[in-house]
Amino acid sequence: MTHRKTAALLSIIPGMGQFYNKQFVKGFAFLFLAVCYFIAFLDFLNIGLWGIVTLGTEVPRDHSIFLLVNGVISILVVGIGLAFYYFNLYDAYQNGKKRDNGLELSTLKEQYHNVVDKGFPYLMVGPGFLLLIFVVIFPIIFMLLLAFTNYNLYNSPPAKLVDWVGFKNFIEIFSLDIWRETFVSVFAWTIIWTFTATTLQVAVGIFLAVVLNQKEIKFKGVIRTLLILPWAVPAFVSILIFSGLFNDTFGAINQSILAPLGIDSLPWMTDPFYTKIALIFIQSWLGFPFVMAMTTGVLQSIPGELYEAATVDGASNWDKFRKITLPMILFTTAPILITQYTFNFNNFNVIYLFNNGGPAVADQNAGGTDILISWIYNLTMTSAQYSKAAAVTVLLSLIIVSLALWQFRKTKSFKDEGMI
Amino acid sequence: MSIKTARRIRLTLSYLVLLSAIAIVVYPILWVIGSSFNPGNTLSSSTIIPENATLTHYKKLFAETDYLIWYWNTLKICFITMVLSVIFIGLTAYAFSRYKFIGRKNGLLLFLILQMIPQFVAILAIYILAYQVGLLDTHFALILVYVGGLIPMNTYLAKNYYDTIPKELDESARIDGAGHFRIFWQIILPLSKPILAVIALFSFISPFADFILASILISSDEKMTLAVGLFNMIKNEFGNSFTLFAAGSVLVAIPIGLLFLSLQRYFISGLTAGGTKG
Repeated sequence: MTHRKTAALLSIIPGMGQFYNKQFVKGFAFLFLAVCYFIAFLDFLNIGLWGIVTLGTEVPRDHSIFLLVNGVISILVVGIGLAFYYFNLYDAYQNGKKRDNGLELSTLKEQYHNVVDKGFPYLMVGPGFLLLIFVVIFPIIFMLLLAFTNYNLYNSPPAKLVDWVGFKNFIEIFSLDIWRETFVSVFAWTIIWTFTATTLQVAVGIFLAVVLNQKEIKFKGVIRTLLILPWAVPAFVSILIFSGLFNDTFGAINQSILAPLGIDSLPWMTDPFYTKIALIFIQSWLGFPFVMAMTTGVLQSIPGELYEAATVDGASNWDKFRKITLPMILFTTAPILITQYTFNFNNFNVIYLFNNGGPAVADQNAGGTDILISWIYNLTMTSAQYSKAAAVTVLLSLIIVSLALWQFRKTKSFKDEGMI
Repeated sequence: MSIKTARRIRLTLSYLVLLSAIAIVVYPILWVIGSSFNPGNTLSSSTIIPENATLTHYKKLFAETDYLIWYWNTLKICFITMVLSVIFIGLTAYAFSRYKFIGRKNGLLLFLILQMIPQFVAILAIYILAYQVGLLDTHFALILVYVGGLIPMNTYLAKNYYDTIPKELDESARIDGAGHFRIFWQIILPLSKPILAVIALFSFISPFADFILASILISSDEKMTLAVGLFNMIKNEFGNSFTLFAAGSVLVAIPIGLLFLSLQRYFISGLTAGGTKG
């Protein structure tokens, strides 16, 4: 039997393969870590894995949701353990291979330098990734699992146990009328909202930047500063201010602007149609300065000779805008403009803070202006339909993730080149 | 029509467009400032030019609410979030820009994509986890979640910026015997100050806007943040304390707005430098 196989086999007990390769310090370190791992986590893993399979068997001793949380953490701990275990086998195998080929194994000092050298990037990335595992990965796994349970207001711990129900939630979203109709109408509005609000804010931003950037315009600096204000004021403050301004009975829009023009009060907060108009207006107000500022940067970098050459060729202002300015802007800012769309797709703040997704609409369990994300919020926080909310989130995530993957595949930033 | 008249028409139209844009942008802001000086309490008495301007609401804000405590909490959270984010992001991005390691190629991308998944249901999990480790109702838990949330996108921006720093600099330093960390500290760090400044600003400002996490993880009044405090002020009895809310908003918006306006150049350059190269 070759050294590599023997070493790898022995390493089924961590460290043994390293002993076999006569790397005693490393072997001890592996063995020690493995023992520590088992002493520290055995009980926790035992209960955690039992909990995630059964979700508890006895009321009120077992709290299903706590068991689920601990179960997810157990899975993560097992994952880290397996990674370590794999590394242990890999290391034994590699060093065995070196012996098979008659190569010298590294001395303790060299091993130390190796660890410092190779380990450096892991040391840099490690803390951040550990945090991300708990803040991003762990909640997502939890949410994913929750979508397959029957956790809701009427079936919640500590009074009752939660059970695994398979795809029931997903099937119900599409088979029960109220869920299906709500889902379809919310989804439709989400798409309309994303496209109109974002396109409008981008168009207004580019338009104002181009108008402002004409060389004859005076006081450019002052005007630009004033126009950038909506970006500078924290958005939650502005949205709450708007919800006051648009108030049906007392709001200044109806009282001070429309009334003097002889227009009757419009139901901004109580009619879904007008709320939608108001929301799109508010989002354009909030979002255009960013696009304007960015476009201004691009405009100032377009060489003047291009325009002079165009003038010589007899191009009109409109031609210049269409053939030079616009392509330049769109080309340089496209990646950021795309993120504006994804941002609005998930723009919870404006929908929730303005009118809480309202006004209410008959025959569905979402408000008239709820987009998917605010609907999920209300399902979770107000009506305690946790598992349904999780199922809707999973559906939404599938859409977002596939779109994002498609978008990112086109970026070159992550190609390996010139690495150390 | 002569060229001169055409030009005059174009300029007049341009000024008209800009003026109306300014009017639309400035109106809500002036209105809320006006409201904050209005003697009445309610929305109906809010006007853009108050008749009997008064400072009552500002006095009330300091005397009768926890406004100053919220302000202090928010500043504290924002500041710690900023410091931790810059450290984490600076180091992570350095590794991503300069080293080969398992997970380099897809690790960051994975998190960028995972972050787009709406987290509301997942907040339950964070809530229970915080409860189990005894971090519920602490600012520390909130800061950790904020920092975690800021890492992927900003690491991406910083990495793109680091990539523009020539690798020959590192190599010559390495030949001169500098270690990994020393190269980072003495070569990369000084050269990447602009992007780190942008990230610091982003991290400082973003916790200001959050009220979902803060309202869920924080329960006691004296630990509340500004966003939650102001939201509660008008959610509970909309209209009845609107002017108080207006005063509170003005005091938030002015410093943040000024900070932002004075530094917006860097925001834009940071975004375009890190984002458009893609």
